[in-house]
Amino acid sequence: MNNLESWEAVIGLETHVQLNTKSKIFTSASTAFGDAPNTHIDPVVCGLPGTLPVLNETVLEYAVKTSLALNLNVAEHCKFDRKQYFYPDLPKNYQISQFDEPLAENGWLEVEIIEKDKETYVKKIGIERLHMEEDAGKLVHSGSDRLAGSKYSLVDYNRAGIALCEIVSKPDIRTGKEASEYASEIRRTVRYLGVSDGNMQEGSLRCDVNISVRKGPNAPFGTKVEIKNMNSFSAIQKACDYEIARQIEVYENGGKIFQETRLWDEAKQLTKSMRLKEGSSDYRYFPDPDLGPIEITKAQKEIWFKELPELPSKKRNKYVSQFGLSAYDARVISDEISMANFFEETVAYGAEPKLASNWITSDIVGYLKSNKLSFSELKLSPENLAEMISMISNKTISGKIAKEILPELVQKNISPKNLVEEKGLAMISDSSSILPIINELITEYPNEVQAFKNGKTKLLGFFVGQLMKRTKGKADPKLANKLLVEKLNG
Amino acid sequence: MNFNSLRKDIIGNNISVKELVNDIFAKIDHKDPEINSYICTTKENAIAQAENIDKLIQNKEKLPPLAGMPIAIKDNICTKGVVTTCASKMLKSFVAPYESTASSKLWSSGGICLGKTNLDEFAMGSSTETSVFGVTSNPWDINRVPGGSSGGSAASVAAGFCAAAIGSDTGGSIRQPASFCGVVGLKPTYGRVSRWGLVAFASSLDQIGPITNTVSDAAEILYSISGKDPLDSTCLDKPVPNYLTDLNKSIKGLKIGIIKECFEHPGLNPEVKESVLSGVDRFKTLGAEIYEVECPRFNDGIATYYVIAPSEASANLARYDGVKYGYRSNECSNLLEMTSKSRAEGFGDEVQRRILIGTYALSAGYSDAYYKKAQKVRTLIRKDFDNAFQKVDILLTPTCPTTAFLKGDFVNDPLSMYLSDLLTVPANLAGLPAISIPCGFDTKGLPIGLQLIGDVLEENKILNAANIFEIDAQVVKNRPLF
Repeated sequence: MNNLESWEAVIGLETHVQLNTKSKIFTSASTAFGDAPNTHIDPVVCGLPGTLPVLNETVLEYAVKTSLALNLNVAEHCKFDRKQYFYPDLPKNYQISQFDEPLAENGWLEVEIIEKDKETYVKKIGIERLHMEEDAGKLVHSGSDRLAGSKYSLVDYNRAGIALCEIVSKPDIRTGKEASEYASEIRRTVRYLGVSDGNMQEGSLRCDVNISVRKGPNAPFGTKVEIKNMNSFSAIQKACDYEIARQIEVYENGGKIFQETRLWDEAKQLTKSMRLKEGSSDYRYFPDPDLGPIEITKAQKEIWFKELPELPSKKRNKYVSQFGLSAYDARVISDEISMANFFEETVAYGAEPKLASNWITSDIVGYLKSNKLSFSELKLSPENLAEMISMISNKTISGKIAKEILPELVQKNISPKNLVEEKGLAMISDSSSILPIINELITEYPNEVQAFKNGKTKLLGFFVGQLMKRTKGKADPKLANKLLVEKLNG
Repeated sequence: MNFNSLRKDIIGNNISVKELVNDIFAKIDHKDPEINSYICTTKENAIAQAENIDKLIQNKEKLPPLAGMPIAIKDNICTKGVVTTCASKMLKSFVAPYESTASSKLWSSGGICLGKTNLDEFAMGSSTETSVFGVTSNPWDINRVPGGSSGGSAASVAAGFCAAAIGSDTGGSIRQPASFCGVVGLKPTYGRVSRWGLVAFASSLDQIGPITNTVSDAAEILYSISGKDPLDSTCLDKPVPNYLTDLNKSIKGLKIGIIKECFEHPGLNPEVKESVLSGVDRFKTLGAEIYEVECPRFNDGIATYYVIAPSEASANLARYDGVKYGYRSNECSNLLEMTSKSRAEGFGDEVQRRILIGTYALSAGYSDAYYKKAQKVRTLIRKDFDNAFQKVDILLTPTCPTTAFLKGDFVNDPLSMYLSDLLTVPANLAGLPAISIPCGFDTKGLPIGLQLIGDVLEENKILNAANIFEIDAQVVKNRPLF
């Protein structure tokens, strides 16, 4: 443990975000996921001779918006380059990417690290650059999970040419938790912007990790290892933690770390070597002569900047400082922009923020999940939810009744006030209505009353249950308790 | 067989378009085996198109501008449903599922497609000798090359196997064969004509243009194929003027600059020089003002070009790997072998040479010294032209240092072959329009070409001067007899 503490990990992430434009970055072919192989292709996607790329303008808009959200400086001019290497998933055997003049540089992202039994902290993680590029296709190997050793391989170009933003962090990350939190904040951000669905399982968000360890913050960087193949945030965290421990152990035992690419094995929960990196690859980058220079005017940038929504970190801070939510609750309620907006509107209608957040993140999210619905499909309006919450606060109904009527509210969006009136579900909170029932119970259960008086105080629950049964759950539980105790002891 | 005379015959009902097309195919069948200008002909289609035009004429309907004009297409320009081979084993059976923008504009203007013409493999060459389908012969002397790479297009126009042809010009591939074959060849401003469907050689230099019997025909075709194309982002969004309007305007007072450096080049054949200079005198007589201008970097064009063009080609030709289409080697047991053998067997020597040069020029550690330096020189060449156009309206040079050379002369001496492009590449590097017109013959009876270079999008100026010259000089009075 002492050893572990004297070592420091240095981690950087390369994140590929698939933009959810309808068509691909340089042609009109569809970007739909999950269809039969090679159904979303056209002559441009396949790199047929004589075809030319034309930039999808929406890609530029989405990429600039993402850059602005990540506090990056967007260049006034940039260009596309050809990154050359031979591989069958790359139809032209070069990838149209951006090399020395990326779209945006030098930004940062604020992440919040919440861990059990540890102090919550906020960390600014630097972002080196963001550039646009086209995705490659997918190879399917027969008889092996990779090219080597397979009998034959098939290629599916449905993914080829889908627009990507590659986001490169600075080596500011120190723990697996920070790495996974950085990645999920990127996901949250692009989902807020509506530029990507950030789905790691479907590969629309992919993270490669570069990681090395060194003896303390002033030591020179160690040899870095690249890890790929993590398809969840927890996998990112575990892969980093595993790799940090592995590297420390190697050094502690007098060994050497090789510059290599390792794959995260989810089943075995470990990283294994894929290939050694001998020197750096020569991609023979040069400006793509088929695509002219890209110009982003100040005016255009301003328009796009104004269209940015309030971002997750800002919302979290607001929820804690203005609404008094805990850091954890603020995180949960701000996870999706539609949920956060629903929450804010509910609060604007006068609902108590903490209660509103609880109702939304538990019951409403639960209902949406089990019915596979989104917030936009929810019938319940923030106004009616606020009304229901204030009915609980002012004791018009009990929480239990609220839970009972919620399924009807979320499906119909009717006023909870009307519903409660219609069904006669208002809380009984006057002693004069409850006392006669208590008297009935005392008469009907003399043995239980006696037992209670003899010290079997647990029986209070029995009486509360009976009381609720007779009032169909409408009795004010606090008042009922109080009156029962008084009467039973009397 | 220029457009105006054909049009007279067709509209005057001297001959139906179908008869005309049949006559040409008969000539091709009979004589093209000697010239080898076509890789394939599209007779059935041509007859069908011809019948449509004949119907329009019979019904006295309005005719599209190129109605009934029989046109051949260089075989590196994609035509839907017809093979586009690039004269390479690699694409011998490639059929594109799309039509190039330029050719599709020709057909919608009433042009009739006769077939696809021979070229140097992937347009890389100056003699049409690197074609996998064999060399094309020069109709003026069948022992000589027609030039290249659009050798098939130029030869077919000269031989009367079509009224006009479409070529592509990366470093002179329209103008040099036009010069060797005694016809007109125009390379438009970069971006004037869409490159969609043109199989890329060097994307920043490639441009489609016409090869014709007369300057006026070139103007007509240019008008038809020019204009913005949403499929090509390098295509200019600039209005297309009617290039015929200014064609006969007097050139009195037109300032013509004679580029000093090219007339001083030691490689310039004296007969060519003499003929071109007498062309200069003719321009003077026609009222033009002649100035000598300096373009100090002009002669560096060839070295610059042979770094930039192969660099872009090395990337453009990477897609031919046997995976998706085109040639795939049978002798391979793994991916690396499939890629390397398909390419080694599918590409000819000259194509492989240029891929290697380009790969080298772009490699880490070398790209500063080669690719990036060449780009800087390219900028300087453009500046030279900018300066020149401050003083004059158009520039004049010979098109080529020599007339057509003998087949096999330079097959084993690529560097000497490259010098054939000396005077044509600067216009490509600067993106300028340039035209080659016949200006005389050497003592062997071979045509000599004169080149006029215009400023960006000033095709109308060079077409005007070329047309006035052509009418006055009447250089090519008789077609070649082969």
